[in-house]
This record gives sequence, structure tokens and C-alpha cells, in this order.
Amino acid sequence: METQPLLNMQGISKSFPGVKALQNVDFDVRPGEIMALVGENGAGKSTLMKILNGIYRPDDGQINWDGQTVQLNSPADSQHVGISMIHQELALVPYLDAGKNIYLGREPQLAPGIVNWRQLYADAQRNLDTLGLDVAVRTPVRLYSIAQQQMIEVAKALSMNARLIVMDEPTSSLTDREVTTLFEQMRGLRERGVAIVFISHRMDEIFDICDRVTVLRDGELVGVENIDNLTADDIIQMMVGREVGQIYERGEAVIQDKVVLEVENLSRGDLVRDVSFRLHRGEILGFAGLVGAGRTELVETIFGAATPTAGTIRLNGETVNITHPSDAIRYGIGLVPEDRKGAGLFLRMSVAANIVMSYLRDLLRFIFIDHGRAASISDRFIDELNVRTPSRQQIIGNLSGGNQQKVVIAKWLTLEPQVLILDEPTRGIDVGAKSEIYKLIHGLAASGVGVIMISSELPEVLGVADRVLVMHEGHITGEFNAQDTTQDEIMQAATGTKAKREQSA
Amino acid sequence: MTTERLSTGIRWGEVLRQSIVFIVLLALILLFATLSERFLQPRNLTNILQQNVHIIIVTIGVTLTMLVGGIDLSVGSVAALAGAVSAGLIVNNGIPFWPSVIITLAMGFVIGGVNGGLIVWGKLPPFVATLAMLGIARGLTLLYTQGRPISGMGDAYTFWGRGDVPLPLIGEVPAPIVVAIVVIIVFALLMNYTRYGLHVYAVGGNEDTARLAGIPVNRVKIITYGLSGLLAALAGMLLTARLFSAQPQTGVGLELQAIAASVLGGVSLFGGVGNVLSAVIGGLLIGVLANGMNLLRVASYQQQMIEGGVLVLAVAVDTISRRFQRQ
Repeated sequence: METQPLLNMQGISKSFPGVKALQNVDFDVRPGEIMALVGENGAGKSTLMKILNGIYRPDDGQINWDGQTVQLNSPADSQHVGISMIHQELALVPYLDAGKNIYLGREPQLAPGIVNWRQLYADAQRNLDTLGLDVAVRTPVRLYSIAQQQMIEVAKALSMNARLIVMDEPTSSLTDREVTTLFEQMRGLRERGVAIVFISHRMDEIFDICDRVTVLRDGELVGVENIDNLTADDIIQMMVGREVGQIYERGEAVIQDKVVLEVENLSRGDLVRDVSFRLHRGEILGFAGLVGAGRTELVETIFGAATPTAGTIRLNGETVNITHPSDAIRYGIGLVPEDRKGAGLFLRMSVAANIVMSYLRDLLRFIFIDHGRAASISDRFIDELNVRTPSRQQIIGNLSGGNQQKVVIAKWLTLEPQVLILDEPTRGIDVGAKSEIYKLIHGLAASGVGVIMISSELPEVLGVADRVLVMHEGHITGEFNAQDTTQDEIMQAATGTKAKREQSA
Repeated sequence: MTTERLSTGIRWGEVLRQSIVFIVLLALILLFATLSERFLQPRNLTNILQQNVHIIIVTIGVTLTMLVGGIDLSVGSVAALAGAVSAGLIVNNGIPFWPSVIITLAMGFVIGGVNGGLIVWGKLPPFVATLAMLGIARGLTLLYTQGRPISGMGDAYTFWGRGDVPLPLIGEVPAPIVVAIVVIIVFALLMNYTRYGLHVYAVGGNEDTARLAGIPVNRVKIITYGLSGLLAALAGMLLTARLFSAQPQTGVGLELQAIAASVLGGVSLFGGVGNVLSAVIGGLLIGVLANGMNLLRVASYQQQMIEGGVLVLAVAVDTISRRFQRQ
């Protein structure tokens, strides 16, 4: 299918003070094609897309649209030629209904200033119908699922006659079933000649839906290929520029015989169903599964942030009653939450304050904080965890994601936990910092801590964990030794296909 | 698309939320009607409306600023300044009634617009900008009046406080009530049928999205604060007309009553949620409560406590109904 490209960006370069974000990158998309754009964080994907959206202007290079060179100086320019962007964070007004959201800022008018509601809703309905969506035009969009809200955004894009839709990690907060529906819609759009740029970190999805792949690394184009000519390993190798195994330097397994945490028949409504497992000292237990499988809900329940409906939790063989996170902390269980910035850190406080925050009780002299000891403890952890910060007084919000995550982990280490739970510990962290976090996790295990690690990145789970439990719809649907399983096996368990097979057998 | 909950049909949680202020108002009316035979007499009912017209009008303006994601604390002071300036223009400068009114309304719009400008360009938080204006406008009022009331505005002015307008079919209706009804209708239409109204909800609901959608966010905000100032000026003149004189200390605490009324009417303090009519009913509720307690001879100290209690209760019911709606 050698059609004329709809979009052809050539020799695009862009620098920011101190950083070359893009160097001489070519990027083209044909009509009716789904192009995957992949690369590690910081590879330049978002810079390239911001140039396409008219938010940044390239230092060098030109953008050809439908055979003609165009200048995209603002999002409005880009919308005008027919480029629509669906951001990771949804850009809908939650309390307004679907119709108003679709035509916001472009309302049909009866007279100057007076909205023609009848036409607005009729047009919006037509746009939703084209996509076959069961969405009522007059219902506030916040009452719909995230997947449906995304489809409302697609309808909005189509109402602007978009010919190219950029989807920035659209599946990151969707359930399995919702992803399937989204992909059906994307295929429908492809058939109608709409071009799609699909940004995702998930290899399975890229192979499922995309026609071609563009890989960026460190601001440079690594390659453009038909998806059929590649394997997932090829793409990952192109992304990271080295063999996959090297990122996950696995030391000797350090699993001890002693069971530190034992969870039996734990349930929390429909979210967590009848989950049982054991965690040994020094073991790294990975939890794989799709988003919404109940992994976060499970660890929240163990940590006391949510109340279980059934089940028991034993620590070192003794049944414990955890009804509040403070109980869990007292028992020596730590949780590094998924939402690092929202739930893990005090973003406007210093590195030192963040490290000692949970340890303050032990730093008190009478009612005053012993700042000298607080400083020495902070410095010790900054040093041990290799936190790259100008000083312990630095405001933590100014550090990179990887260094922030190290501080969250340091905060727990001050309490010398027996069990440390990490929920998506490397989300939004670049490759270099990732491998440091992995080393840290291995170091913890070596010191006898039982580690639970939730991750949606299969290579990560397989590369870091000793044992992998897979969850699907609240159940544990598979248990694997990380050394001798494959991504396929885990994926089957994660999508429930394997569990069904076992039941029917 | 998978059929999700609620795509059609009645959302009971939403209905409850929207009508809660109305239900509380009816309950209060019933209560006072049982406890006092004077409460339901036409004269008392007219009194309630007449005495609360200024609260209702100010509430509409404050609701607008809350919908756009801000707040306006300056309305009480702006009302006092408007009362003084309109009276002063007539009494001291000999300017006829209607031109004075128009100048005063324009002044209210400009003061509100200054609030908006401080917020939009000065990047001041709305709370701070309008708190500063609360002080400035009150100071200007005291300066302009030298701390003394202004009276003797003439019948054309006081008619709008105490006079009656003969309406076809209905008969004589107190003039301030007619003004309030016109204002309510105009603003209900403005918020529900115009592009400006939709844009207010959009800016308050998600400012970034509104900006990306090409909505002139700054202009929407400035106009909104301008309208709040204009309505405060109107309220101040109606109050002055009813009292036959412009009192420099009038309207103290009016902003808090207006915010309470808006919140009772379900307007969110975080923007984007609420509507003008419910807020008006919230204003009425405050008026009915005060009137009923006066009839029952509740001492003013207790009155304030009861008003606070009703506010807490109404908002608690609202929060709970919202939780119920989410499940």
C-alpha cells in the first residue's frame, strides 16, 4: 500500500536549553493507517507530537500535510488542517454533557451569542452515531466510563473533520474489555481513511492494532518498519538500544525459608476475590495483570487503606488485624503507591522532610524535632539510594521521577519494613533510573525484606521478580516462576483465557 | 460500546440534589405556617420577598463568579458604594434619576471588571482580589459620604423600594419584586441559552479544556465579575430605595449571605456546577428562615446559630446524596 503520505515531517529538530529533544527526525503517516510511535520516556515522542499540535515550533525541518508544506503555529492551526490530539488526561469538562463537550467553543448559533441547542444536539448525536456509541448527548460526561469519555473525544475529533488523530497512551487507564472496544473503533476509523498515531508502551497492543512502527530513542529516529517484519523483542531493542536482559541485572536469588506475609482467602467485594498467597523473606513477588484486574485494590486492602469483606492476613505466622494504614505501618508493611505525586510525596517540601516524614516520632526530643539527626538520616539515605539532588533541602517536586521514587522508598526504609509493596514503581521513569530502582529492590530483598511488586510491564515483572502471580477480574489466575515462563503464558492468565481453559478441562 | 449505567433514564441522585433546596424551603414554610398564623398572610409573604430582593440579586452575581470557578467577596461593599453614589449624584450633583442609575450600574460593572482584571492579569486568587475590593469599596463609600447617610433622593428613586407596579392580570406588585423577577429571568436565560452561559460552565468546569477549545477564558471571567459588580450595584440601589437613604454601613456581611444562599442552592465552591434558579431559592430560604424566626420571636443571637446550622445541614445532605449517586 504505497499511498501518498497524509503527514510527512522531515528533518525535524528541536532543542531546549541544555537538551536536544529531537535531532533530524522524519515521521510520516499515510491515510487509513495506524502508526505506532514508541520510545522510552524522554525519547522525544511528546516533543514531536507537540510540534505536530502547534504547541512547539521546530528549530529545523518541515511539515508536509497532504502534499503541501504547512506552518503549525498553534493548536488552532493544527485543528484547522485536520489534526486532532487526544491527550492522556482527558480534555472534557466533566459536568457538561456530551453534546456541549463536542461543540465547545464551536457552538452553532441562532443569533450572535445565542446557541442553537437543537442543531448542536442533533449534530452531536450524528457524530456519536457514526461511531455507533451508546452515549446520550444530554448526559454529563462524568457519568460515563473513561473509555466512553475517550470515544466522546474521538467523536469531537471527527466533528472537526479530523483526518489524523493522535492518541497518547489511550489505553493506560482502560480495562481489558474497554481496550477491545477502543480497538474496534480504531479499526472502523482506519477503514474510513482516518490516520491514527498510536502512542503506547504495550507491545501486545501495538502488534494487535498497528500497521507500522516508528521508534525514537534519545531524540533520534531509530527506525520505521512494517509491524509484520518485527517482533516485540526487536522493538524493545530498538527502543533501549541494548539487549533487554541487560536492564534487569538479576543477582542471586536470596529467598529465605521463613514466610513473612501470608494472605488467605482475602476478598474485597467484586474487586478482590478470594486471593491467597505467601511471601517469603527476601523474595520478590511480582503481580502481573491488566489495568483494573484488582492488583492495586489487593495491596490497598493488605495495607489497610480499604476494608476487606473476607479473609485473613498473617505476619510471621500470627494473624493480624489491619484496619488502617497506621496498623500496617506498625506491623512493618510499607506501600509505595502507584500515584507517586498524589499519594507518595509532599511535593512542595524538601527531600529531607519527605524522607523523615514517617520517622518523626523517633526524631522527637520532647516535642521538638531533632533536626541534626533528621539531617544525618536524610543524608545517609540520599547517599545509599544514590538520590541525585543538589542538597537535602531541595524541594522534591524539582527532582526527576526516578529520584522522587527513590525518596519514596527511602521514606519506608527509615521504618525498616519487613514487607515493602511497590505499585508500578517505575511508571514514568526513564530507563537509566529504572535499572537503579531494580537494583534497589534487589538490595532490599537481599537484606531480608519481602517485596511485592505490581507492574503492568511484563518484561519488568519477568526480569525483576522471583515469582509472578497473575490477576484477572479480582482472582489470581496464574502463578509462575519468573525464570521459566513467557510473556505469552502470563498474558493468557491475565486475559482470563488460560483460567477458562483450566475450568473446562 | 458496552451499555453502561445511566445512559438514559432518570438519575434520582441528581434529581434529589437539584431539588433539595426546594424541599427544605417547603419544609420551612410548612413549619412556620404551623407555628405562626401570621406567616402565611399575604402581607408577610410580600414582606419576605421585598426584604430579600437585594440578597437574591446579589446571590445571582456571586453564583456566576462561583460557576466560573471563583468567588466575589466585594458585593456588600459595592452595594453600599452604589447606594451612596446613586443618591449622591441626585442629591448633591442634581443629576436626574435615570442617568444616575445608569452611571451607578456602569460603575458596578467596572469595579467588578477590575476584580476580574486583577484575577486574570494580576494572577491574584479571586478570594484575595475581591477581599481587597471589599475593603477598598467600603473605604470609598465612607470617604464619599463622609460617614453620613444621604437622603432626599425624591419619589422617582424611593418608588423602587416601596412603590407598586400595576401589572395586567396580576394587579399591584411591589416594584422591587418586579425588578428581581426581571433580573432572575434575564440571568436564567443568559446562563441557559447563550454562548456566554455555556462558556462560564466550561471555564469553571475545566479551564484548560476551555482554553484548548478556543474559549476566550479571560474575557469570560472579566465579564462574569463585571456582571457580579453590576448586580451588586443594582441591589445596593434597591436597598437604598427601600430605606429612603443611603447608609454607608449598609450591606456589611451581604457577601456571606449570598455565598450561603448559593451553596444552599447547590452551587459548587469549586466551579462549574450549579444553576441560577436554585441559588435564588437558596436566597429565598435564608429570607424565609429569618422572617419565620422573627415572627416566632427568636432572639437574634440564636438566629445566627440556627442559620449556620441550616447551612451545615443542607450541605451535609448534599454531600451524602452525591455519595449515594456515585454508587
